[in-house]
Amino acid sequence: MKFSYYPGCTLKNHAKNFEDSTLFSLAHLGLEIEELPRWNCCGTVASLAADDLIHQLAPIRNLIRVKEAETTQVVTACSMCFNTLKRANERVRANPTELAQMNDFMYDEETPYEGDVDVYHVLDLVRDKVGFKDVAAKVVNPLGGLKVANYYGCTLVRPKQVAIDDTENPVVLENLVSALGGSPVEFPLKTECCASYRTVDSPNIVADKTYQIINSARSLGAEIIAVSCPLCAFNLDQRQEATLKYHPDFIGLPIVYFSQLMAIAFGCEEKTLQFGLHHFPPKPVLTGKGLI
Amino acid sequence: MHLDKSVRITRDKETLGFVAKVERISGQNLKACYQCGKCSAGCPMAAYMDVLPNQIIRLAQFGFEEELVKSESIWTCVSCLTCNNRCPKGVKIAEVIEAVRQIVLRTRKDHMDVEKLPLGTLRNIPPIALIGSMRKFTS
Repeated sequence: MKFSYYPGCTLKNHAKNFEDSTLFSLAHLGLEIEELPRWNCCGTVASLAADDLIHQLAPIRNLIRVKEAETTQVVTACSMCFNTLKRANERVRANPTELAQMNDFMYDEETPYEGDVDVYHVLDLVRDKVGFKDVAAKVVNPLGGLKVANYYGCTLVRPKQVAIDDTENPVVLENLVSALGGSPVEFPLKTECCASYRTVDSPNIVADKTYQIINSARSLGAEIIAVSCPLCAFNLDQRQEATLKYHPDFIGLPIVYFSQLMAIAFGCEEKTLQFGLHHFPPKPVLTGKGLI
Repeated sequence: MHLDKSVRITRDKETLGFVAKVERISGQNLKACYQCGKCSAGCPMAAYMDVLPNQIIRLAQFGFEEELVKSESIWTCVSCLTCNNRCPKGVKIAEVIEAVRQIVLRTRKDHMDVEKLPLGTLRNIPPIALIGSMRKFTS
């Protein structure tokens, strides 16, 4: 079964560590994926206006690209891309009139969109197409009980129509970490918002959220936090510098993508992990456990 | 000194027009809200808001346009959708806030001037954050 791969903008630069570790891990799991030869911005944040279809065009055009690549399934690692693509898809599936209007507007497209592409997150594939039992069987470098707090943020679990798991208490990342040989740490802020794009104009708000989220995970014994969104990663990792400025008692924790933990457990080379892109170095805790 | 804190609720054409516009853009029935406050209780950004999410809905129900379009809260909300997920009446509060934002933005009153962002910010911020803020703050 072949899946089209939609990377999104940030996985090609600031989150190259996310992309490289995801591609390595999916290949190790035997999933056949191929990057779309042409793709555009997903829209980043889903438009919530009922009367505004123009902002739904960007994600739908990407789904047309998937059809042109002769697949019916697209997978993305970035949770914000996943959210905008899947929400636009669910919206047009439920509203044939809107879909017809959008196809009319996109008269330059040779392929009309008919709601016939399925949108998946990497975690959907790992859980539902591979299964955690098979994931565990493919582990060559178990995580040695590494205590991982799993941070979902918003876009993997809200709104309910596109959530990959329970909206208030998702467990897919915890189950993955267990399958990889780590010890998931339950913490109450795993679906709390990190203040998202306000990092541009109000890093002080992001600093407060980062302080709360990381402190919560730390106080429950986490050694590392796993994320699935490049914006959460930026806010929780790169903004630790600002967090320390606003909260001098802040200690911090390393932030990694869940895919980096998969890649480590699947025996990747260190260059796949691209630790140079991290602010808080994850290497000491990982070498301490003998993982790299 | 006596301060008049009374609130005048009107049903004039302008007020009703604003209520209808918010309902149309948000796709929500504002009257469904019975002010339980669950949205504000769970809002991760409430600490930074001048008008709380349940208060935004109350103001929208009665057409308080000026109080809404001038509030800081409409820009504080990042559409994390915690409120929508927990509302016992199924009101999509984030959509109502988006509607008020849209009412401002559709008159070309941007909340952010991208050209005035410091160079350091533009260099360091990932595209996902920049585009996200431009989508929410500019027309």
